[in-house]
Amino acid sequence: MNGVPMEHGLVLAAVLFTLGLGGLMFRRNMIFVLMSLEVMLNAAGLAFIVAGTGWEQPEGQVMFLLVITLAAAEASVGLALLIQLYHRFKTLNLDVASRMRG
Amino acid sequence: MMELLTTFSTAQPTAVLLPLTFLLPLLGTLILAFSRGTLGYGASALTGTASVGLAALATAMLALGFAENGPEQLTLWTWIAVGDFQPGISLALDGLSLTMLGVITGVGFFIHLFAAWYMRGEAGITRFYTYMNLFVFSMVLLVLGDNLLLLFLGWEGVGMCSYLLISYYYTNSANGWAGFKAFIITRIGDVFLAIGMFLLFSRLGTLNIAEILELAPQAWQSGDTVVELAAFLLLGGALGKSAQLPLHTWLADAMAGPTPVSALIHAATMVTAGVYLIARMHGIFELAPAALYATGVIGALTLLMAGFAALAQTDIKRVLAYSTMSQIGYMFLALGVGAYDTAIFHLMTHAFFKALLFLSAGAVIVSCHHEQDMRNLGGLWRKLPLAYMGFVVGGAALAALPLVSAGFYSKDEILWQALAADQQGLLVAGLIGALLTSLYTLRLIIGTFHGAAKSDNARHAETGRGLAHGLPLVVLAVLSTFLGAWITPPLGGVLPSSPGEGVTAGHGALELVAAATALAGIALGVWLFGLKRGWLRPANHGLGAGLWQLWHHAWGFDLVFDWTIVRPYRGVVWLLQSDLFDGLFRLLAWCVRLVHLGLSRTQTGKLRGYAVTMVAGATLILLSLALVIQGT
Amino acid sequence: MILVWLIVIPFVGGLFCWQAERLGSRATRLIALATMLCELLIALWLWTQLDFQLPATDGSSTQWAIEYRLPWITRFGIDIHLALDGLSLVLIALTGFLGVLAVLCSWNEIVRRIGFFHLNLLWILGGVVGVFLAIDLFLFFFFWELMLVPMYFLIALWGHSGSKGSTRIGAAIKFFIYTQASGLLMLVAILGLVFAHHANTGEYSFSYAVLKETTLSPTLAFWLMLGFFIAFAVKLPVIPLHGWLPNAHAQAPTAGSVDLAGILLKTAAYGMLRFALPLFPEASQAFAPVAMGLGLLGIFYGAVLACGQRDIKRFVAYTSIAHMGFVLIGIYAGTPLALQGVVVLMVAHAFSAAGLFILSGQLYERLHTRQINEMGGLWGRLGSLPGFYLFLIAASLGMPTTANFVGEFMVLFGTFAIAPWVVALASVGLVLAAVYSLLLMQRVHYGPPKDDTPLKGLDPREFCMLLGIIALILWVGLYPQPLLDTTGASMGEIHRLFDAQSSPLPEAR
Repeated sequence: MNGVPMEHGLVLAAVLFTLGLGGLMFRRNMIFVLMSLEVMLNAAGLAFIVAGTGWEQPEGQVMFLLVITLAAAEASVGLALLIQLYHRFKTLNLDVASRMRG
Repeated sequence: MMELLTTFSTAQPTAVLLPLTFLLPLLGTLILAFSRGTLGYGASALTGTASVGLAALATAMLALGFAENGPEQLTLWTWIAVGDFQPGISLALDGLSLTMLGVITGVGFFIHLFAAWYMRGEAGITRFYTYMNLFVFSMVLLVLGDNLLLLFLGWEGVGMCSYLLISYYYTNSANGWAGFKAFIITRIGDVFLAIGMFLLFSRLGTLNIAEILELAPQAWQSGDTVVELAAFLLLGGALGKSAQLPLHTWLADAMAGPTPVSALIHAATMVTAGVYLIARMHGIFELAPAALYATGVIGALTLLMAGFAALAQTDIKRVLAYSTMSQIGYMFLALGVGAYDTAIFHLMTHAFFKALLFLSAGAVIVSCHHEQDMRNLGGLWRKLPLAYMGFVVGGAALAALPLVSAGFYSKDEILWQALAADQQGLLVAGLIGALLTSLYTLRLIIGTFHGAAKSDNARHAETGRGLAHGLPLVVLAVLSTFLGAWITPPLGGVLPSSPGEGVTAGHGALELVAAATALAGIALGVWLFGLKRGWLRPANHGLGAGLWQLWHHAWGFDLVFDWTIVRPYRGVVWLLQSDLFDGLFRLLAWCVRLVHLGLSRTQTGKLRGYAVTMVAGATLILLSLALVIQGT
Repeated sequence: MILVWLIVIPFVGGLFCWQAERLGSRATRLIALATMLCELLIALWLWTQLDFQLPATDGSSTQWAIEYRLPWITRFGIDIHLALDGLSLVLIALTGFLGVLAVLCSWNEIVRRIGFFHLNLLWILGGVVGVFLAIDLFLFFFFWELMLVPMYFLIALWGHSGSKGSTRIGAAIKFFIYTQASGLLMLVAILGLVFAHHANTGEYSFSYAVLKETTLSPTLAFWLMLGFFIAFAVKLPVIPLHGWLPNAHAQAPTAGSVDLAGILLKTAAYGMLRFALPLFPEASQAFAPVAMGLGLLGIFYGAVLACGQRDIKRFVAYTSIAHMGFVLIGIYAGTPLALQGVVVLMVAHAFSAAGLFILSGQLYERLHTRQINEMGGLWGRLGSLPGFYLFLIAASLGMPTTANFVGEFMVLFGTFAIAPWVVALASVGLVLAAVYSLLLMQRVHYGPPKDDTPLKGLDPREFCMLLGIIALILWVGLYPQPLLDTTGASMGEIHRLFDAQSSPLPEAR
């Protein structure tokens, strides 16, 4: 497993993460926001795997399992919220749901 | 408490009689206070008078025993015991306290009796007698206490009773404020006395008066700063209680109380407590020549100041109030020249004739339907013979009419002691005061009893009747004549000898001068007020009007105190009304609220906004970290 | 074990009261009354049984008359360690007595949620008893915080809303924030002390006796002392940390004010006597001039502000500040006479302030106002109530024969040798005390009556309550010796610790 240098994997993870972050910041549609979150989580997971492999430590993979679990939980809660949002506002535009302003 | 039991198991007559002198008035107080309105007029008056009467009886028996056994000491129980600090509820009977005890219970009894006549028909007579009996209780403790703390207990107690009785007619706020003023001003004096006690205890380690007098000469040289300070502090206490300059302004207003109160508290007993205190603590004053001299000077100034003020009053009770101040000024003068026993002698005769004058004034006031302004009285001597007699006899004693009056013997003695002590300044002040005394006394009597009646109240005066009205006036009148001066207070051995003792040179000449002054004053008074009646009224313009205003307001001390103390204090109270320090903390709370307002603006509710902020923040932190790492 | 009972009884009684509400209000009140009477009787029984004259001069552990110890969290050296000496016994008896009064004076006043009210009332008292008994610092802190929560509810739920927008909720929150913030400071100081002890010996302990022997660097000792001092100063209260007190007093129900003024303020003085001084004698000695200055400030500030108050309960609250100034001066004078005076003054103030609050509550029940300028000329309209008022006013201005006089004068006598100027200035406070006391008398009871209709006089319950207070004030004022004998040894011990620091200095005499 010494074909791909660690730097390459990390750069890929960083690129993925930035893409997800960009989506989170600039998309209004909630589905896209959730997808961006998934991308960011997976980017983090990738970084764990790469690092774990690079240093030959098992913790990276353990953390990845944790990330997957977290992502699943996040997706279910997020989708439930999405459905509620749609029911109430008949739209998926996030900016409409701003009742919690200070 | 065990001490108390052992005391009574070995009961001697004194051990029972001595506590009775104050326990009986206390019992009266308790019965009256807890009757809760079930006692009527008669029962209240009887309880109140009988308790003091029995106390007077006990005093008389004590006096008989005293003639045989001499001074007594009785400890009831130890009040507080912490280390050196062991003041007891313990009583000491010696010549000085016996004299005071006699005045308090004897004169007090007759005043209580007279009050039964004076107060008839008043609502709340139970309350009146409760306070009066409480006063007698406190006053007796004041003179019997063998340590300064017990003396202070009585001292404050009489102040409180004075407050309560001055503001007795409480529905008029002015009376309440008069009581307030009296209490606060005397309390200022009390604080000096308290600090004096602290000082004496911290230096001598005891509060027992006999021990203090014994230890003081060992601890201090004459004129030592500490002992001078202690004496001045004690003097401060005496000034407040005895209404001497500059703490005198309360006494004239204190006349708002019922007239028997003025007779008992503000003439015969409480106001002379300052004289008693200085006489009692003579050992300290002997070591403090400056304080002793100040005592005499203050006395002289007060007697002159009050004498002039008495000339320009229209309210008969206020005339008597200023005359009381003036007479106590004489006592302070006597103390100041070291003639303690003379001061006490004058205290005693003054108690007789001033109580008589006040009670007669009370008789006039009630007879004339509570009219007490000289401008509305007059022509009463036919209708109120007994009151007139009281005024004439009492006035003669006040003006020191030679040979026949009690006041002549005591005041003449004071002047003689001043001469013997080589204090010519004080002597001259005393002589001028004597002249003034004669003048205002004549003005008072003529204005009240002679001439035409000037109002319906005076025209329709009702003559007082009954034993409660007549007996006190007659007895006090007898005591105010030369017969009263025959009573010699048993002061030998208690007080140091006077400067004039054993000296006779010049005594006769001084007696002549004093008698001539008094007679000249009387003659001048008859001429000014009796023959040229215009002098009774104030002048309308010119110097006369100015002097009248100045003297009528007693040299304007009230005004000065009002502007220098009362108003600034009220200003401070007004400024601090909203609690300055709490305001600081409220400011803090207000700042927090401000920050809250600012920060809550950032909560837009827009999710994407939060995300952008978070990213920006994270980037900022990372960048700064990177910079820091690069920097090192 | 009896000590545990002393703490447990109010808590259990409170729970019973809470549940007894369904049996009716009378049963609830009777249970509360019985609980507090039981507490009082146990305290009095202990008073007769135990010997408080134990000589503590050698500083050995014979300081306590009775002690109870049970391990709690051994890992950190925390025990349930209770102990009783004369000082704590006096204060516990006082707590019992005022608890009885608090239950009695809310007999007609409280009509809503009676069960929960008495739960809170009794839990406050239980917490206070815990504070007086605990000598493990952690346990002390636990009870210190525990007594605040029910007090918060008492003010917030049963309080009166005052004028000018000062609400009961606001007052309760202010009370809570002040006391919690100060509690935090004390916690930090306690932990600092424990860690310092750990650094010295390698062992954790919260025990009073152990921590007393800890050697600290002067700087650290000063800061820790300051932590304790500020915590207690908020509660006492010391100017400028008094902001919570007027509001809390004015807005609390009568029972709350009685407990607040009577006992809760005393926990602060107790804390200073028990912890701040003995734990940090050198630092306290150095701090004494500042503390005395603050005491003086309190005397004057409280007196001046009392004159300007329009609400009768706020008035009494400010007079409390003035009286606590004397307590503070006495504590930091540290002579046996002054310390004994502090004890008497605490007891006296508990009686007189509680009495004045009870009377204010009774006035409110009759007039439905607490505004002084709506009163006036009440003397003839209220039966014997004004007489009691007069007596308590006289007590509060320090009239001899009352306990307040004995306390104040012992403090002043005891302090004079140490700080004559402080005493001279504090004596001026006596004049101001007369000014504000008589002002109240003048404005409330004298003057022309606003109305001629007589108001309801005192009923037997109210009459007996006030008579009891007056009897006790007179008893302590005329024969305080039993009280002084009880606390003598404890105060001597504090004096010994405090004075050991100043002995190199020449005697003031």
